[in-house]
Amino acid sequence: MPGTTTVEINTAAFKGSISINTGLYIDGKWVDPVEPDTIDVINPVSEALTPALATAKKIAAVSIGSSKDVDVAVTAAQKAYKTSWGLKCPGSKRGKLISRLADLLERDIDQFAALESINAGKPFQIAKNSDLMGSIQCIRYFGGWADKIHGKTIESSENKLAYTRHEPYGVVGQIIPWNYPMLMLSWKVGPALATGNCIVLKPSEMTPLSALKFAELVQEAGFPPGVFNIVNGYGTTVGQAITEHMKISKVAFTGSTLVGRKVLEASARTNLKVVTLELGGKSPTVIFDDCNLEQAIKWTSHALYANMGQSCVAGSRIFVQEGIYDQFMDKFTAVVKALGQATGDPFEASTQHGPQASQVQFDRIMNYIASGKESGATVHIGGERHGTEGYFIQPTIFTNVTPDMKIVREEIFGPVAAVQKFKTEEDVIAAANDTEYGLSACVFSENVGRALRVAHAFESGSAFVNSAQLIESSIPFGGYKSSGIGREHGEYAIETYTQVKGVHINLGLMI
Amino acid sequence: MPGTFTHKFDTPVYKGTVNVSTGLFINNKFVDGSDTTTIDVLNPTTGKLITTISEATAKDVDIAVKAAQEAYDTTWGLNTSGAERGDLLNKLATIMDGARDELAALEAMDNGKTFSWAKNVDVDFAIQVVKYYAGWADKIHGQTLETDEKKLTYTRHEPIGVVGYREFPSYELQILSDTSLSMHPVMMFVWKIAPALATGNTVVLKPSEFTPLTALRMCSIIQEAGIPPGVVNVVTGYGNTVGAAISSHMDILKIAFTGSTIVGRKIMEAAAKSNLKPVTLELGGKNPNIIYNDADLDNAVEWASFGIYWNHGAACCAGSRIFVQSGIYDKFLEKFTEKSKAIRIGNPFGENIDQGPMSSEAQFNRIMSYIESGKTDGATVHTGGNRRGSEGYFIEPTIFTNVKADMKIVKEEIFGPVSVVVKFEDEDDVVRQANDTFYGLAAGVFSQDIDRAIRTAHRIQAGTVWVNCYNHFKPQVPFGGYRQSGIGRELGSYALENYTAVKAVHINLGQRLS
Repeated sequence: MPGTTTVEINTAAFKGSISINTGLYIDGKWVDPVEPDTIDVINPVSEALTPALATAKKIAAVSIGSSKDVDVAVTAAQKAYKTSWGLKCPGSKRGKLISRLADLLERDIDQFAALESINAGKPFQIAKNSDLMGSIQCIRYFGGWADKIHGKTIESSENKLAYTRHEPYGVVGQIIPWNYPMLMLSWKVGPALATGNCIVLKPSEMTPLSALKFAELVQEAGFPPGVFNIVNGYGTTVGQAITEHMKISKVAFTGSTLVGRKVLEASARTNLKVVTLELGGKSPTVIFDDCNLEQAIKWTSHALYANMGQSCVAGSRIFVQEGIYDQFMDKFTAVVKALGQATGDPFEASTQHGPQASQVQFDRIMNYIASGKESGATVHIGGERHGTEGYFIQPTIFTNVTPDMKIVREEIFGPVAAVQKFKTEEDVIAAANDTEYGLSACVFSENVGRALRVAHAFESGSAFVNSAQLIESSIPFGGYKSSGIGREHGEYAIETYTQVKGVHINLGLMI
Repeated sequence: MPGTFTHKFDTPVYKGTVNVSTGLFINNKFVDGSDTTTIDVLNPTTGKLITTISEATAKDVDIAVKAAQEAYDTTWGLNTSGAERGDLLNKLATIMDGARDELAALEAMDNGKTFSWAKNVDVDFAIQVVKYYAGWADKIHGQTLETDEKKLTYTRHEPIGVVGYREFPSYELQILSDTSLSMHPVMMFVWKIAPALATGNTVVLKPSEFTPLTALRMCSIIQEAGIPPGVVNVVTGYGNTVGAAISSHMDILKIAFTGSTIVGRKIMEAAAKSNLKPVTLELGGKNPNIIYNDADLDNAVEWASFGIYWNHGAACCAGSRIFVQSGIYDKFLEKFTEKSKAIRIGNPFGENIDQGPMSSEAQFNRIMSYIESGKTDGATVHTGGNRRGSEGYFIEPTIFTNVKADMKIVKEEIFGPVSVVVKFEDEDDVVRQANDTFYGLAAGVFSQDIDRAIRTAHRIQAGTVWVNCYNHFKPQVPFGGYRQSGIGRELGSYALENYTAVKAVHINLGQRLS
C-alpha cells in the first residue's frame, strides 16, 4: 500500500501541514508501482536560507513507475473511456465536474501555492497569484467548453445529409515540465477532459507534488475512476512508454525541443499518434524610440525575469533602437539591479527573485553565462551566482553580443538577457526572426502602424504589443517553426483534442 | 532543354492530340534535372514505355525551394490579396474544364483507369475542388477574442510561410506525394495544391514517378492561368531522393503526404529530425462496409460494388471488408458475385469497359501475392482470383469468403479489386469486428433503420462514414484518418487549418505595470 507523507510549513506566507499521497494514481486509486521504486523530491531552496522550513532539502520520497504502470494506467483509461467518460458522459456533466474541480482548487489555493513554492522554488505570492490563479481560470474556462463541442452540418445536395462530429481521441498521453507544474497541468488537463478524453499524465519527476495533490481533488470532485491517471517517473522510462504506447492516440508534450523531436519520432515509429508540442523559444523584445519608456522597461523586465527566466516565452533577446538605447540601458539596469537585491527566500513577501529549480538547471545556466563571457560579450550586470547556497543566479544582462553567439541563439532558460542596438524597422524584423524558434515576441511603440506592422511580421505564435506574457485561457498559444506544433488555449485547443468524423447520409442518391 | 511528349489518341472513346512537356517545373519554366537523368514512364495496359521524363534530385529540390521562397516573399502569400488568389484559382479551374478530355486521356494512359472514369470522376472532381477552394481564398478569417477593455486580442491565420525579408529565409509549404499516389494523380494534385494556394502558401510538389503525366500537363495549365512563377513547382523523382529531400528540408515548414503508412512514418521521422515541420498524412485503410438485414439490398449491392471496385480497388478508402448480416448474407453474396462477374475488363480506352489494368507492375505483383496469401491461408476464392490475359497488369475482381480475422487479406491493405465478405450476427458484434483494425479511414453502413444506421456510423472509428452510399465525395466534406490512417483532414474548411499558422496578437490598450 502506498503511503502518505506530511509536509509541515511554517512561514509568514503559509502555516500548515499538507499531506501528500506518494503512490501512483491509477483508476481512481493510489497504488504502488508494479516494480516498487521511489525518487526523492528536493526543495531547491537550501535549508540555510529558509530556517523556518521544517523540511530539509528532501521533501518527500514518492513512487516512480515504469512502462508497466503506463500499461495499467492505459487499460484503466480505456475502460473509463468506453464506459463512463468520452461519448458515454454528456458534455454538460463533464463541464459540471470540471467546474467543481476548479472550485476545489480555489478552496485549496494556499496549499497548492505552498507546494509549488517548496518544490519549484517559486516565491509563494507569485505561485499563488500567477500560477494557481491561472490554473483555476484555465480549468474553469475549459469546463465551459465541455457542452459546446460542435461539428458542422455541411450543405451539399438535397439527396444527401453530411455533417461532422468532433469526437474525443480516447486515451491521451500528457507529459508536462517542471517550470510551471500546476499551470502546465491545467493547460493540458482542461481541454482533454472537456472534450471527453481520458488522461495518462506524467509530471516532471522533479516537481510531482502539486500533481499528486491535484489527483486528490479529481477524486473528491467525483470523476469516474480511470479518467485521470498519474504515472510519475522519468522521461526515459515512463515518458517513452507513453509516447510509444499503441493504445494512446494522441500525446501532448511541453518541454525542450530535443525531447520534442523524440516524442514525434516515437509516434512515427509506433501508431502515428497525433502529436502536439510546446517547446522552447528565444523570444525577441523590440523597443522602438517612440515607445513609452517607463512602461516598456517594466514589461521587458517582466517578460524575461519572471519565474527566474524559466519560461519558454522568456523575452531573452532585447532589441533597442539607437535613439533610446542609452536611456533604456540606464533605467533597465536600475530595474534589474533592484530585482537582484530582492533575491531570496520564496516565502518572504519581499522576495521577487527565487532560486533556479534544480542543480542541473543552475549548472546549465552558469555554463551559458561562461560561454557568453568567453565569446567576448560584455557582462553589463550580474553574471554570477547569488550567495553560496541554493541555486540562486543574479539577474544578468549581456551587451556587445553578436548574432552567432550561443547566448543569442540558444534557449538559456534562466535570468539572462542579450541586449542589442538596432537602426531601422526592417533591420530589427530580420534580426528578430533570425532564429529557429517562433514562440512569442513583444514590440513597444506608440505608433499604431509600426507596432502592428512589426507584430504581424514576427514569425511567432504570439505577438504582444506594449505588453508581455499576458497569457490567457481564451487566447491561443503555441509555436511557429521549431517552437512547436499545435496550439493550446482557446477554441484552438479544443481542436487538438478532437478528431473529425465526416458522416455522409444518403437521402435518395441512386447508383 | 527538356522535350515534349506528343501523343495522338485515336480510340473509340477519345480522339485527339496531347502535348506534355517532360521537364521539371520550376519558376514556371520546364527545365532539365540537375543530373540530366530520366525516368521511364510505362503504360500499364501494355507494360511498354510511354515516354521518358526528367528526374529530379535533392539539388533540384533546393532550386525549387528557392524559387518558392522568392515567390512567397514577392508575389504570393501575404503580398497578394485573397481575392487575387481566388481569381487565379478560378482561372485554373476554367482552363482545366477546357482540357477535361486531354487530362482524362493522359490519366487513363498513365494510370490505367478507364477514360470515362478518369473524365467523369477524377477530372470532374478535381475541377470541383479547385473551384471550391477558389471561393475560400478571400474568406480566411481569424477570431477577435474578447478579454477586457484594456486589451485587444485577435488571431491571424497566416500562410505557413511568414512575410519574409529578402535576406532571410521565408518558409514554404511543401507537398510530397508517394508512389501509392499513383491511384488518383490529378485529383490528389488538386486536393493538395488548391487549399495550399487559397491560403497563400507556395508549393513544391513531387508527383508519383509512376504517374507524372497529368501533373506535368497541369503545370502548363498553371502557366496559362497566370499563377506567378515559383508558386507551384513540380519535381518528379524517387521517394528516397526527392521525397527524402523534401521531408527533411530545413526551409519547408509544412508537409502533406498521401501514400502508404510505411512512408508516412518516414516523413514524420524526417520532420522530427529536421525542423519539426507539421505533418499531415493521408494513408492507408482497410475499410469496413456493413450491410444489415434491413438494407435496401439492390442499392447496397450497387454501392458495395462501387465501394470496392472504384478505381479498380486502388483507393485508400476502398470498402474492402464487407460485413453482411446473416439473414441477408446468401442473397447479398449471390447478387454481389453477379455484379463482380459482370465487370468488363479491358483497354481503358475501349468502349463499355469498366476496369482497366493496375497502375504498375509493382502494384500488380503486390496484389497477386495477396491473393496467393489468401488462398494459402485457407480462405475460399468465391470469384475471380486470377490475372486476366497475359499482357498488361489486369486482375479479375475477386471475392474471398470463409476468411478469419487474422488473415493477411483481412488485416492488410491490398489496394486492388479484392474484397473479403464476412457474415455477422448483431450490431455489437459487427462494430467490434469493423473496429478491429489499426486503420480508421472510412466505412459504410447500409440499413433502413435510422437509429441503427446512425448509431453504427457514430460507433465506427473512422474519419468518414457513408450511410447507404459509399465513395461519395464532396469538396466541402472533410476526409482523413483516425488511428494509423493519417493525421489531419483534407477537403472542406478543415483543410484550411492545415495550411495556416495561427498567430495571437495581444495589444495593450491601457494596462500599466506599476
